[in-house]
Amino acid sequence: MKILVPVKRVLDYNVKPRVKADGTGVDLANVKMSMNPFDEIGVEEAIRLKEKGVATEIVAVSIGPAKAQETLRTALAMGADRAILVQTDDAVEPLAVAKILKAIADAEQPGLVILGKQAIDDDNNQTGQMLAALTGWAQGTFASAVNVEGDSVSVTREVDGGLETVKLKLPAIVTTDLRLNEPRYASLPNIMKAKSKPLDTKSPADYGVDTAPRVKTVKVSEPPVRSAGVKVADVDELVAKLKAMGVHS
Amino acid sequence: MKTLVWVEHDGSAVKDATLAAVTAASKLGEVHLLVAGEGVDGVAKAASEIAGVGKVHVADNAAFAHNLPENVAPLVADLMGSHDAFVAPATTTGKNIAPRVAALLDVMQISEILSVEGPKTFTRPIYAGNAIATVESSDAKLVLTVRGTAFDKAAASGGSGTVEAVSAGGDAGISSFVGAEIAKSERPELTSAKIIVSGGRALGSSEKYQEVIVPLADKLGAALGASRAAVDAGYVPNDYQVGQTGKIVAPEVYFAIGISGAIQHLAGMKDSKTIVAINKDEDAPIFQVADLGLVADLFSAVPELTAKI
Repeated sequence: MKILVPVKRVLDYNVKPRVKADGTGVDLANVKMSMNPFDEIGVEEAIRLKEKGVATEIVAVSIGPAKAQETLRTALAMGADRAILVQTDDAVEPLAVAKILKAIADAEQPGLVILGKQAIDDDNNQTGQMLAALTGWAQGTFASAVNVEGDSVSVTREVDGGLETVKLKLPAIVTTDLRLNEPRYASLPNIMKAKSKPLDTKSPADYGVDTAPRVKTVKVSEPPVRSAGVKVADVDELVAKLKAMGVHS
Repeated sequence: MKTLVWVEHDGSAVKDATLAAVTAASKLGEVHLLVAGEGVDGVAKAASEIAGVGKVHVADNAAFAHNLPENVAPLVADLMGSHDAFVAPATTTGKNIAPRVAALLDVMQISEILSVEGPKTFTRPIYAGNAIATVESSDAKLVLTVRGTAFDKAAASGGSGTVEAVSAGGDAGISSFVGAEIAKSERPELTSAKIIVSGGRALGSSEKYQEVIVPLADKLGAALGASRAAVDAGYVPNDYQVGQTGKIVAPEVYFAIGISGAIQHLAGMKDSKTIVAINKDEDAPIFQVADLGLVADLFSAVPELTAKI
């Protein structure tokens, strides 16, 4: 079985985002960019399925600027077999990403597509579900466990009240949640080896997908700032203040 | 504009997140509801009593019992033929279904709206709430998810919606529900609790969480929460997690105990009315957002607080 793992290049999760003074977005000039952490979990899960003998080939895909090659090389260094970069400098919305991935899925015929549940830049949480709709496949979102059993996959999902398990017919879409696994670091020899793994470059037009945005960003602003209150000296003062607010047993 | 609001329910009662979605939808136009499930007459009746609702579409079918998106999304897409906006609460159910509906309708969804600024203009958080985007849709129809803490809850009574059965849809035959482990608790739910007591990694163990955090929550009738670090360390189950990747909460009072205040956590609780922080590190970032801060060792301060409050 082949597994497709889409990965997105985003602002590194350790970098504090800064809103640009002109309100057009978040400043991405000269800041560290990395693979979306949820996508890293997706790559790791695909590699584990290959190590278990369930998967035979892992194809990493990224839709983004030329520099997204670095993100794909990271996936290759972790253990993906080959990569496809759908190169564009435009911001591509989840619906258009899902359409491109649908075209790639048609060509590659994977048994599973494992995506991050959301990208930590625009926090949309849409692409996996949209791809599932376009392919007509079943979806197991917010996964904390994935088990392939014959022609189906059982996915344990993190839901509001706890956990839920669904059984999906393959091929299927899985989106990862944080506790699915802990991604490995690529070793130096694997980083070297990744440089010679195949990486194809395509464009959205190759897949016949129009990436013109449907949603216009009018402006981006700083969130309202919450100011610090007071420090109390001891528990007695805290109790008094809470009681004054009506908080008591 | 005619909106169709997804009614989140547990088979017997309408969940609070629905009421916030109704408020958001009412800013766009007429509010119609969809109740999908199996044996949901009671839910449909309760839904019809929500203030301001018009028609309540009821799809009662075993295929809809567990909100499987493969079965439910085509039903919603079908009903969207006569509605202009699909509005779902940004719960794990809403987030699972809405984008599947959006793609079936060839619409770009707008996720987790915080406000309605115009008929097609909304604000929403990006970068874990570190920036707020104002966005405008150009699609013919809208698909939205609504952050529950950003809108007042519509009144659960006083409405007089008309219930109408929907016969469309069925089992797509590609997915099935196997089981769930849903925590049963007498406590209020995290996302609708008036008071939340949350513990962080400083607790050091599951036993200490039980010993220090739970009694305070018991005394105040509060819901229990935790930071991601505490969840990852295994002190409490994952559904306790408050934060960008967990639950977004906005109670009247939020107690952050032994929680340093990572951006990730703040994104999930900074809209709380009053934040109380107890931490022995006076430089912890949590104190920059706390209304009441106590620099103290939690293992002595919290039991004392529990005794005296």
